[in-house]
Amino acid sequence: MVAQYVMSIDQGTGSTRAILFDQGGRLVSVAQREHRQFYPRPGWVEHDAMEIWRNLEHVARESLHRVGAGADQVAAIGIANQRETSVLWDRRTGMPIGRAVVWQDTRTDELVAEFAERPDAGIVLERTGLPLATYFSAPRIRWLLDHTPGLYERAERGDVLFGTMESWVVWNLTGGVDGGVHVTDVTNASRTLLMDLRTLQWDKELLDFFGVPAAMLPEIRSSAEVYGTAKRAVRGVRIAAALGDQQAALFGQTCFARGEAKCTYGTGSFLLLNTGGTPVRSTHGLLTTVGYRIGAEPAAYALEGSIAITGALVQWFRDNLGLISSAPEIETLARTVEDNGGCYIVPAFSGLYAPHWHSGARGIIVGLTSYITKGHLARAVLEATGWQTREVVDAMNADSGLELTTLKVDGGMTADNLLMQFLADVLDAPVVRPMIAETVSLGAAYAAGLAVGYWPDLEGLRRNWHRAAQWLPAMDPARRESEYSNWRRAVERTFDWVQPNHAAT
Amino acid sequence: MPGPVQSIERAAAILRLLARGSGRLGVGEIATSLGLAKGTTHGILRTLQGVGFVEQDKASGKYQLGATLLHLGTSYLDVNDLRSRAINWADALASRSGEAVRIGTPLDGKVLVVHHVFRPDDSLQTLDVGSLLPLHATALGKVLLAYDADVASQVKDEDLEWFTRRTLVTAEALNRAIGQVRELGWAVEVEEFTPGQASIAAPIRGYGGLVVGAISIAGAVERLCPLADRADPGLVAFVQNAARAISRDLGAGRW
Repeated sequence: MVAQYVMSIDQGTGSTRAILFDQGGRLVSVAQREHRQFYPRPGWVEHDAMEIWRNLEHVARESLHRVGAGADQVAAIGIANQRETSVLWDRRTGMPIGRAVVWQDTRTDELVAEFAERPDAGIVLERTGLPLATYFSAPRIRWLLDHTPGLYERAERGDVLFGTMESWVVWNLTGGVDGGVHVTDVTNASRTLLMDLRTLQWDKELLDFFGVPAAMLPEIRSSAEVYGTAKRAVRGVRIAAALGDQQAALFGQTCFARGEAKCTYGTGSFLLLNTGGTPVRSTHGLLTTVGYRIGAEPAAYALEGSIAITGALVQWFRDNLGLISSAPEIETLARTVEDNGGCYIVPAFSGLYAPHWHSGARGIIVGLTSYITKGHLARAVLEATGWQTREVVDAMNADSGLELTTLKVDGGMTADNLLMQFLADVLDAPVVRPMIAETVSLGAAYAAGLAVGYWPDLEGLRRNWHRAAQWLPAMDPARRESEYSNWRRAVERTFDWVQPNHAAT
Repeated sequence: MPGPVQSIERAAAILRLLARGSGRLGVGEIATSLGLAKGTTHGILRTLQGVGFVEQDKASGKYQLGATLLHLGTSYLDVNDLRSRAINWADALASRSGEAVRIGTPLDGKVLVVHHVFRPDDSLQTLDVGSLLPLHATALGKVLLAYDADVASQVKDEDLEWFTRRTLVTAEALNRAIGQVRELGWAVEVEEFTPGQASIAAPIRGYGGLVVGAISIAGAVERLCPLADRADPGLVAFVQNAARAISRDLGAGRW
C-alpha cells in the first residue's frame, strides 16, 4: 500500500486531536477528544496523563477509521504538544506519579521567588534565554520531587522519568514499559530551564541549580527525525517529529526565514518570530527560544511573546459564569452592543506573562457601572485578546528592530470575525489567516513528512500556504490611542495582587 | 386514519416526568413511575439521548432533560457556532476546488453570509461575511429554498429581483429550479447574479437532518461550468463532501 497520509497528533491543553493530511497539505480526517481540567486549588491546574494517553489511542484509530484507512497508509506521525506541562512516571510500571502539572499552574511561585534570590540566579536567563517564572518545567520538577517522600531517591536511580507531553506520548507509543523510547525535542527541552540554548544540551550547572537528577531526563533530539516506531495505537508507523505546539504552528505557517512571524490564538496566544540561526536576547519582556531543528541542520531560533489567557477567558465565561453555552457565542453576545461600554477585563489568571511577567498579578474587571451588560463584558473578553497582542507586538518590534507589516494568525479563535477585525484595528496592520487554521497540526505533519521523505523540501511546503481571509484596520487613530491608554491603566491595577508570604494558593 | 404513535406518547411522558421535581432519575425509577418494562424505557431514553432531548450524568447514570430541548424555542444553531465547526471543512473545500467558499444561513428573506474563504490564488479579495445575498439568484439561496419550507413560504413574486438576463424572475421558473435541487441534492446558479460568475451549493444539516445552512463555491463560469452550463461533476462532489462532513460534525447522522 502506498503511504498516502501523514498523521499529526496535537496533544493540546484542552484536547487531543489526530489529523490526517494528504500530499497537498489538506486536511482529510479529524478526531478529537477533550480531557478534564482539574483545578484542585486556585492557581493549580492539572491533567490526568493516563486519560490523555487513552484519548490519544482512541483519536489516532478514529481518524483512520473515518476514512477507512489503515496504519500502513500512514507515512509518519508528527507530534505537537502543549508545552511546559510536566509529568513524572514510574519507568517500571508505566504509571504516572500523581497528575501532570499544566503550564498555567502557579503553585511554584514561592519556590521561583526563592530561586530568584540566589546569587547565581543570573545563569538561568543567560544560558536558557528564559526568565525564572512559574511557566517553565524545572521549578515544577523540583516541587514534585519535594512534595513526594522518597521520590528524589527514585529519580536519582533512574526509576522515575520526567517528560513534557511529547516525551510521555512517544514513550507510550513506542511500547512504554516494553522498550519505550525516552526522548524530547530541542523546542520542548528549551522550555525546561535546564537546557543551554547554544549547545542544545542539558546543562550540568542548571541541573545542580534546580536540584534535578540527570537520570530522569529524556535524551534531546532534533524536531524532525525518526525517534522510533509505534508499537501501540498505530502499529508499525514511524514517529518522525515532535515540536512544542507554538513552534509547530511557526512551522505550519511556513515561517522558515528570519523575520517571518505568526500568532496562534487558542487557550493562550503566542506570537513567534523566526530570528534565524542566532538566538536574539530580548530586552522588552519576550522569550528567546528554539524555533525548530530539522535533523542535523542548524537550529532556527525565535523570539516569543506568550499570552497565557485568551481563549481560556472565553471558556471561563462559558463554564464558570454560564453566560454563553458555546465558545463561538461570545461573538454573538459581543455583537449585541456597539462597544465595551467603558469596561475592561485583564485576565491575569496565572499572573501576567509577556511582556510584563508579574506572577503576583491576578485578573480584574474594571470600569463597571450600572450601564454595563453581559454584551459589554463579552466585548471586553474579546478586546483583552486584542490588546494583549498589541503589547507583545510592540515589544517584538522594539527587540527585533523590525516593524511588523502583516500578522499571520491561526488557531481556533480566528473563526471569530469580530475579534480578527479588532485585532487589525488595534495593531493598525492587516491580519491574515491561511487556508488551514490547524497550523499546529500541519507543522507537526510537515516536520514528520520531511523527516521520512514524504515531502522533499521546505520550498514545496511554502507553495501550500494560501491566504484564506484578511482583515484591514478601520479604527479611528485617536480612539485607538485612548482605548490603549485605558487598557494599560487597567493592566497596572493587576500588579502585586498576591502578597508575598501568602500560602502558595 | 392511524392512531397516535405509542413510542412518541411514551417519550413525551418520560420528558414530562423529567421536567418535574429534581429532574434526575434512573432508568428503573422512570420505568416504575410509568409502568413500562425497563428494556422499553431504556430504548426510548437512548433515542431521546441521541437527539439531545435527554442527557445522562456520567457519574450517577441518571437522566435529565437535555440542553437542546431547553433551547428548542430559540434558533438553535448560533451562526458563529456554525462557522467555528465548519471552518476546517470550508478551508479544505477552498483548497481542493481552488474557488472561494461561502456558508450561508437564511435571514429575513435573504441569505446571510456567515463565513467566507478566499479563492486560494492569493489575489486581492475582500471578506464579505455579514453581507446579504438574494435567495433566488444564488446557489446558496436555492438550497435554502429547497429544504426550508419556512424560507420558501416567505418568497413572493415581487421579491424576484432582476440581476442579469438569466436571473429567474418568475415563480414557475424558480419552482422548477428548486424541484431540481431537491432531486439532485445540490444547486447551481449560472450567471444569474453576476455575469461571468457561477456558484454550486449543497445543504448543511444539523440534528435530525434539519437543514441549517448551505455551503457553496463561486467563481468564473468557465471553471465551474466548463461544458454548456452544466456544473462540473468533480466540483459538485467536493461541495457535497464538504457539506456532508460538516453535517456529520453537527450531529446529523447518516444523511
